[in-house]
Amino acid sequence: MWISILIAVATVTGIALASGLLLGFASRRLPSGSESLVDQVNDVLPQLQCAKCGYPGCRPYAAAIVNEDAAINLCPPGGDETVRRLASLLDREPLPLADAASTVSMSSLAVIDEPLCIGCGWCREVCPVDAIIGAHHYMHTVIARECTGCELCVTRCPVDCIQLVTAR
Amino acid sequence: MSVAPTYDLGKLNGGLRLPGEKEKSTARSIQVVPVPHQLVLPLTQHSGNPAQPVIGIGEKVLKGQLIADADGALSAPVHASSSGKVVAIEPWPVSRRYGEAAPCVIIECDGRDEAFEPVEPIVPYDSLPPDSLLQKILQGGIVGLGGAVFPTAQKLMQANTQPLELLLLNGVECEPFISCDDMLMREQASEVLKGAQILMYALGLGKCYLAIESDKSDALHRIAAVLAELNDERIVLKLVPTIYPSGGEDQLVQLITNREVPSGGLPTDVGCLVQNVGTAAAVYRWICQGEPLISRVTTLTGDGVTTPMNVLVRLGTTVADVVAFAGGYNDRAKQLVIGGQMMGKSVTTDSVPVVKATNCILVMSRPAPPLDERPCIRCGECAVVCPVVLQPQELYWFACADDEVKLRQHGLTDCIECGCCDLVCPSHIALTASFRQAKARIHELADEKARAERARRRFEARTMRKEIDEQKREVELAEQKRAAVTAGPKEIQDMVERARLRKRPPERTKKGPED
Repeated sequence: MWISILIAVATVTGIALASGLLLGFASRRLPSGSESLVDQVNDVLPQLQCAKCGYPGCRPYAAAIVNEDAAINLCPPGGDETVRRLASLLDREPLPLADAASTVSMSSLAVIDEPLCIGCGWCREVCPVDAIIGAHHYMHTVIARECTGCELCVTRCPVDCIQLVTAR
Repeated sequence: MSVAPTYDLGKLNGGLRLPGEKEKSTARSIQVVPVPHQLVLPLTQHSGNPAQPVIGIGEKVLKGQLIADADGALSAPVHASSSGKVVAIEPWPVSRRYGEAAPCVIIECDGRDEAFEPVEPIVPYDSLPPDSLLQKILQGGIVGLGGAVFPTAQKLMQANTQPLELLLLNGVECEPFISCDDMLMREQASEVLKGAQILMYALGLGKCYLAIESDKSDALHRIAAVLAELNDERIVLKLVPTIYPSGGEDQLVQLITNREVPSGGLPTDVGCLVQNVGTAAAVYRWICQGEPLISRVTTLTGDGVTTPMNVLVRLGTTVADVVAFAGGYNDRAKQLVIGGQMMGKSVTTDSVPVVKATNCILVMSRPAPPLDERPCIRCGECAVVCPVVLQPQELYWFACADDEVKLRQHGLTDCIECGCCDLVCPSHIALTASFRQAKARIHELADEKARAERARRRFEARTMRKEIDEQKREVELAEQKRAAVTAGPKEIQDMVERARLRKRPPERTKKGPED
C-alpha cells in the first residue's frame, strides 16, 4: 500500500515539476506578452497620429504606456471614453483628461487654401499619414479621405493657408 | 380560378391590426398629373452610389432619354421623364432618411412632352436569352418600387446565383393610408401579370405566388379575371390577412411559405424572390413597350388634402405640383409625410420631388401629439407585437447606453423599423426613433473604426519608409566618410573644388534696378 501511495505522490510531484519547468522556460524564453499588449493599447487609441500626447504617434504612445508607464490620460481626441477603456484594459485608475481644452477630433479635416499655398512642402513633411500631396514649389492639397484632422500641418504652414473644417 | 381565402399560410409573428384609411384614396380611378413646368430628378433614387450625369447644363433632353448612368453594382440609371432643357445640376431638398439635400438634375419642361426615339420593344420577350433580358432590365432604371428601391436587375442577378423555387409578387400594402399598389392592380392587372411572366422567364422559375391582402377585394377580383384570361397556371393568387406589417419582404415570405428568413439574410436564402407588383408592371412596360421607369402611381391622401386620390405622376414632379393638381391643401393641413403613416418620413418642404421610392404623399391635419415619455415599465407589449421577434424593451436600454456589442447581439440590425412597438407602448417611448439613431450610430462607429485602421496602416507605412530612408542616409554618409579617409591628394583637391563651386552665389546676368 505504501508503494502505491508513493507512486501517486511521485507522479503528481513529477507532473508539477515538469509543468513548472515548462512554464518557467516559456516565460523566460518565449517573447513576452508586452508586444501584443502594445497592439491592444494601440487598438484603443483613435489613430489620429496627432502627437498631442507628446509622442510621435499613436503606436509610440501605446509603447510608452506599456513600457515606460506613461499616463493614460494624454490623448485629447480619444476623450474620456479612451481613458476609461485604457484603464480597464490595463487595470489602472482612470484619470481626468490632461488636456481637456484641446479641440482636435476625428471629425475635422484640413483644407489648404490653394491660391495662398507657396509649395514649401512643410505640411507634406509633417503629415503623419501621408495625406498631403504636391510637388515642390507647386500647390499642395489634402487627400480628404485620408486626412485624420491631426492639426500638425496647420501650425507648420509658414503662410497660414491651412484651416481645419468640420467635415464628417 | 379560386379566390377563396388560402388557409395554408405560415404564421406572422406579432403585428397589429390597424384601422384602414384606404377608402378615401380609392374612390377615384388613377388620375394623370400633367407635365409640370419643372422636373427635379435626384441622382440617388436607388440604394447604391449616385448615378453619374451624362448630359450637360443647357442641353435639351427628351422624354425617356438617359440623363444619368449607373455607377457601380448597386446603382441604377435615371431617365428624363419629359422633354425640356437641363437648367441645373445642384443640391435640392429630397425626402430620404439621412441628409436633407441630394444632387438633382433640374429640367425646365417645354410642355411638348416629346419622346426620345423609342427603344425597340422586345416582343416576344422570350426572343432574348434570360441573361440578356436581365441586362436589359438594368438599363431601364427599374428599382424595387415597394420602398427599398434596390435595383431590380441587381436583385434578379444576385438571386440567380442561388437556387430559387418561387417568385413572390408583393401586392400586400399593409400601411394604413397607402393604396397605390391596390389601384395599380385594379387598373393595370394585365401589366402586373405579364411583368410576372417576364420575371419568371428571366429567372427560369416555374412558380409565382401573388400575395394580396384580404381587404383588397376589387384588386383581387380584377387580377383573378385577368389571370383566367391569361390562363397561366404557374401564377397562383394568395390571400393574406390584413395585419401590419405583413407586406414586409421577410414577413411575407414567412406568411406565405412558413420559412423564416435568417438573421442578416435575404429571402433568396430560403428560395424566394420577392418583387413588388409595381416593379413587375414597370418591367413589363420597359421590356414590351420600351418605356423606362419615368413615372409611377402614388397615393395622395390624408385629411389635409381636399381630394385624396391616386395619381400617375412623372418622376421629378414636386409634391407641391401634385398637391396643386389634386385641388391643393385644405386649412387643416399641418404635416407633410412622404411614405406611409407608420414608416414614412416627415418633411419640412413640399418642394421635394416624387422619386422612384415615393409610394405615398400623406398630408396630416396635425402632427401626432407629443405625449410625455414615461419610464419603461417592462410590460413586454412591444415584444409581443414585434414581427421580427426582437425584444424592443431590451434594445431600448442598450440603445440608451450606446452599447454596440449588446445591440448587435440582440439583433438591432434585423429591426425593420415598422413602428409597431411605438404604437403599443403604454409609456409612449419613441422606440423606433431610438433604434434608427442607434443604427446610424453603429454605422458611424464602424466607419470611424475603418478610418482609424486606415490611418494606422498609413502611419506605420510612413514610419517604416522614414526608417529605411534614415538607414540609406547612414550608409551613404559612411561611404562618403570612407572615401574621404582613403582619398589621395588629387581626390581631396577635387572635393575642395566641388565644395567651392557649390558655395559660390549664382552670377548675376543683369544689374538690379536698385543700383
